[in-house]
Amino acid sequence: MPLNEKAPATRLMQGNEASAEGALAAGVRFYAGYPITPSSEIAEVLAYRLPAFDGTFIQMEDEIASMGAIIGASLAGAKAMTATSGPGFSLMQENIGYACMAEVPCVVVNVMRVGPSTGMPTAPAQGDVQQARWGTHGDHPIIVLSPWSVRECFDLTVRSVNLAEKYRTPVILLMDEVVGHMRENVVLPDPASIPIVNRVTPTVPPEWYIPYEDNPSGVPAMSHFGAGYRHHVTGLHHDVRGFPTLREDEVEDLNKRLFRKISDNLRDIQQVEAYALDDAEIVVVAYGSVARSAKRAVVEARAAGRKVGLLRLITLWPFCRRALERVFPQAKVLVVPEMNRGQMSREVKRVNQGRAEVRTVNRTVGRLIRPDEIMAVF
Amino acid sequence: MIDRYEIRLSGTGGQGVVLAGIILAEAAGRWREGQYVAQTVSYGPQVRGGMSSAEVVVSSSEIDYPRPISLDLLVPFTQAAATEGVPLLKPKGLVLMDPELVHHSTGWVAEIPLTQLARESTGRIQMINVVALGAMSVLTPVIDPESLKAALDERAPKKARESFHKAALAGQEAALKIRDRIFFEEGAGHED
Amino acid sequence: MKGETQKAYDYLRHDKKFPHVWCPGCGNGIVMGSLIRAISKLELSKDEVVLVSGIGCAGRITAYVDFSTVHTTHGRALTFATGIKLANPDVKVIVVMGDGDATAIGGNHLIHAARRNVDLTAIIVNNNIYGMTGGQFSPTTPYGLKATTAPHGHVEHAFNISRLVETAGGAFVARGSIYHVNLLDQLYKKAIAKKGFAVVETMSSCPTHFNKLNLMGGPVDSMNWLKSHAVPAEKASSLAEEEVRGKFRIGVLADRDIPDYQTEYEQVRLRAREANGYVLDPKEISKLLESYQCY
Repeated sequence: MPLNEKAPATRLMQGNEASAEGALAAGVRFYAGYPITPSSEIAEVLAYRLPAFDGTFIQMEDEIASMGAIIGASLAGAKAMTATSGPGFSLMQENIGYACMAEVPCVVVNVMRVGPSTGMPTAPAQGDVQQARWGTHGDHPIIVLSPWSVRECFDLTVRSVNLAEKYRTPVILLMDEVVGHMRENVVLPDPASIPIVNRVTPTVPPEWYIPYEDNPSGVPAMSHFGAGYRHHVTGLHHDVRGFPTLREDEVEDLNKRLFRKISDNLRDIQQVEAYALDDAEIVVVAYGSVARSAKRAVVEARAAGRKVGLLRLITLWPFCRRALERVFPQAKVLVVPEMNRGQMSREVKRVNQGRAEVRTVNRTVGRLIRPDEIMAVF
Repeated sequence: MIDRYEIRLSGTGGQGVVLAGIILAEAAGRWREGQYVAQTVSYGPQVRGGMSSAEVVVSSSEIDYPRPISLDLLVPFTQAAATEGVPLLKPKGLVLMDPELVHHSTGWVAEIPLTQLARESTGRIQMINVVALGAMSVLTPVIDPESLKAALDERAPKKARESFHKAALAGQEAALKIRDRIFFEEGAGHED
Repeated sequence: MKGETQKAYDYLRHDKKFPHVWCPGCGNGIVMGSLIRAISKLELSKDEVVLVSGIGCAGRITAYVDFSTVHTTHGRALTFATGIKLANPDVKVIVVMGDGDATAIGGNHLIHAARRNVDLTAIIVNNNIYGMTGGQFSPTTPYGLKATTAPHGHVEHAFNISRLVETAGGAFVARGSIYHVNLLDQLYKKAIAKKGFAVVETMSSCPTHFNKLNLMGGPVDSMNWLKSHAVPAEKASSLAEEEVRGKFRIGVLADRDIPDYQTEYEQVRLRAREANGYVLDPKEISKLLESYQCY
């Protein structure tokens, strides 16, 4: 095998490093965070790299403060991100809800470790899937993505930033300890080839600006503090001008729009990857690092003549219902392996409605599920 | 074509196992064309016992499951690492070991006095990880002396670069001397 | 309308559905008036001011004034403000919090904002109680008094907010009161003009809850209490201990010239752009360690 002449383009990096590089490529210029295993490398890379981009890295006193700071930075016009793991993610929930309500674009990376509580800090898990969906109080939609490789940590960080900007919402990137700490050789894309989405800013004169006015996209134009469009931002239910309201019609309009801007754009937001699904009678539904074990299991089962396929969820929330519906005509068995006690399989069962048999493989012992453990239920 | 060549380096903290894993992964994945690598670090109960290990999977096609399924090469720096790692070997998997550190005699074994070579070539026994890498560049199909040199050039601290190369060379020479005794057929050690 | 009244009116929002939520006799209106006058005297344009508030009665101020305004989550106003200021250093960021907001749920953020010395102005309206939620005790409720969650008397001891911040760091600490309005205007003006973290603890009152629970009378009684218990800071040092017991100092309590976070962070940006990054000079280390005062 020849020596790789292009070597410097090929880099060996961890998923966490790739996520940090993805953030830089996507235009993130503000990062606030608090150290926590197994996500700290993201903070370390950005502490080193961001200032050279005229960006700001700040280590806050806790995760609550980190979340507050990125919301503030985003309101002032910066693309902003934080990264954490389970316990820190729990602390961030209140302000994540604020960002949903006030429609502040931002990205929260959660490199999942074993919980509950301090659990096993250095070991992988997927136990925050439902927390990512329902962790805040109150009802709101949320976008959650989950990568399975180092390269995808880069790509999905870029995508998270873009979706956050496009839909004015927090986006949660659910990594796990395996993809966060694993090193793979990757070639990162040419920065010029990376699509960048920026939030829509108002074009009307300031006196005409109505900060939360509805429009066909459901996403109002967002003005930055200091840009001359003075307005009020609050976590209270608010009218189109941003002021607190208790009026039922105004409250309902806001609630509906917050959901509509996501549910009207599922085709843009939802991403899955299908492998060997065409004739599959057994379909594995998996995400994150476990999807790699699942892929191996499928490859080996196919080699043994079994009709097995893989539906990999890249978007976890909103749940890819339509993609799952497509496998039902021929799927007799759905297998859902997860490093939790069955958080996504609940969702699969809900959509399944008894059509196929759902088998689960659940491990919460701090180790990546092995391919043979998945094959055991085929 | 290499379909999943799996290597585990393990020992106690301070033996440079993780760094060796990274250099190995870079030599295979960054400095050789056409190979995918996935490098992971083993955590778990053994970390508390002071054991640390790095695993590298190399393949010509994209790697799905990133951790080893069955090892082609085990490089234990302690007896405990050998005891734990040997059951994970493929039937024809190879153990690269220093008889001064590990006693193991069954299966395919490449005995190289890593500690002694580290001491003789650089004066520092801490360089056993690099001596082992040098030996691996001869004994495995996934890296070669050239790609290892390129990886070492980049990773080694400037002041220590020369001793890194000396240690790697010592490992290579020793491995060349014994390789005929352990290789019995084409591809042994990486194909069942 | 003429003069100051017109000026205050100009700074209020006219698309907001008034009236405000504050009770008759509340100090928050006086705080808002002082703040507007201070901003107006500094000739800051409405567009360059970002007003950030937490949750509580004082936190409602952001809805009424015509700046860019953020009504954040409870206790977290300083964290939002930190993000705003660092992402856009061109705006003046002023934070208004109550005593519970700033020193209970937000206490950690307060001491760290002070230590970090981000260029923010923090106005802490201290009425010694949680007003909005109905009279529960706060970290500044005096020992022995009553609150709805201390019906048998409060057995915890109060924070001295100004001292707390002064010890934590920061560039400027002052205390004023809603009775001493001219001084309050001055203190707000100085704090806003100060580069670095500046705090003005503003002694206020809550006739609705605190006074009612503690037999303190009405708003006028509160004013009289503030009047009789305030001691000008410059005078306090010459008074005997028994003369100042139970009273509070007003005026500028600390004014230090230390580089703010943004200024320091510019160094970080410069070093990050250099190829070799930051290299510690071994000879400098002992000198740098001297800045770590732990004796």
